[in-house]
Amino acid sequence: MDEKIKARVMDARKIKRALHRMVTEIIERNRDLSSLVIVGIRTRGIYLGKRVSKMIKELEDIKIPVGVLDITLYRDDFSELEAQHMVKKTEIDFSVVDKEILLVDDVLFTGRTIRAAMDSLIDLGRPKSIQLFVLIDRGHRELPIKADYVGKFLPTSKREIVQVHLKEIDETDEVLITESVENT
Amino acid sequence: MPFDHKHLLGIEPLSKLDILTILDTAESFVEISTREVKKVPTLRGKTIVNLFFEPSTRTRCSFELAAKRLSADIVNFNKQFSSVVKGETLKDTVLNLEAMQSDAIIIRHACPGAPHYISAFCRSHIINAGDGAHEHPTQALLDAFTIRQKKKNLEGLKIVIVGDILHSRVARSNIFLLNKMGAEVVCVGPPALLPEEFKEFGIAFDYTLDRAIRGADVIMMLRIQLERQQKNLFPSIREYRDLFSLTPKRFRRAKRNAIIMHPGPINRGVEISANLVDSAKSVILQQVENGIAVRMAVLYLLLGGKERETTD
Repeated sequence: MDEKIKARVMDARKIKRALHRMVTEIIERNRDLSSLVIVGIRTRGIYLGKRVSKMIKELEDIKIPVGVLDITLYRDDFSELEAQHMVKKTEIDFSVVDKEILLVDDVLFTGRTIRAAMDSLIDLGRPKSIQLFVLIDRGHRELPIKADYVGKFLPTSKREIVQVHLKEIDETDEVLITESVENT
Repeated sequence: MPFDHKHLLGIEPLSKLDILTILDTAESFVEISTREVKKVPTLRGKTIVNLFFEPSTRTRCSFELAAKRLSADIVNFNKQFSSVVKGETLKDTVLNLEAMQSDAIIIRHACPGAPHYISAFCRSHIINAGDGAHEHPTQALLDAFTIRQKKKNLEGLKIVIVGDILHSRVARSNIFLLNKMGAEVVCVGPPALLPEEFKEFGIAFDYTLDRAIRGADVIMMLRIQLERQQKNLFPSIREYRDLFSLTPKRFRRAKRNAIIMHPGPINRGVEISANLVDSAKSVILQQVENGIAVRMAVLYLLLGGKERETTD
């Protein structure tokens, strides 16, 4: 199985612009930024979360803490996995009680990851609210979940794969649509 | 990276990579026990049986809490109150528990090989929680986890194991594990308690603690099994204490940042001075704390994935 790149839908500039707009929306909607905390979902949600925190710092001069969430233990598809997923650490060293949580992920697809993330967060305490931030919303929801901040709506077919690359771990900032093709 | 075993019967059948997978997975479970709600839903709906034919405080409670923190249901089997006292065999006991749809059986038994025996006819995952003087794999894993926490790496460390090596499943599992991970192991004790055939494992022996302890990074004390004293393997407790007890004076010969370990239960003032047990150099209670995370990792790796067609 090979991967064929079908389209490069965002480059570094487009990602930066989208993040700027979304950060403005966050600031507009959350008048009291002092109760806002960011939780990034492993792996790329962490880096997006850190960028958002940095941008809010630049605009509003307030430091928003960023935590890391690993949702492996909350997945609903354990019995369907071929082998176990490697569990990684959840690192949230602040209390989530009565906080406005900005939950950050790269791609919103079926909604199952977000369901798992919300269950996990609520086990840590009772937040005041959870808002969802995603760079890409590619449709095909299987649960009633909707993002509050979306970088780009990207209609896709189920066979396609959306790949978000971030320079912190992938060398470059870009969003690709790929498809696996059978080798002949 | 995938942990491809159906059972955890011992350390001997594991590879270095398997051991690292368990230890790395355990790192992620430490945090769960520090939460206000110490629970994740991962093993919801799984049934685990704690089948202990020998007494235990640490291991049984630790497995029970590990299972509960992963949301599994756990049943504790107690030999005295079971039909074993009416003469029911091990095989029948296990088959009856399996008929109640158990997913995993954690077994401690006085007979070496009991877990291996039941794994031959069981559907459930079998975890060895100590079989006679053979193995106690989760103890060795939590010991390794604790050493790694303090020393970062196991490779190249000098680890001295002191006491009744002959009857110790903890020593055996630790020797297998530390050997695989590249540590230098020295066993110390009276000659009658140091079995010659252990030399095949490539470890060193020493009959003098004062000499062996020099330059040690880790000193692992074993419980002197007072109930075995009638076999006369060493002349007296007093003599044993004079030669092999870990005292502050002896401990000063080890490396300055050396740590003291003990699998418990401790005979204070016999194999180790009471004030060393409570000193900052002792990691004995950290071992107990880490036991839960390590056992959560083992349960997760065995029960968490898809049913695999593997045999051990």
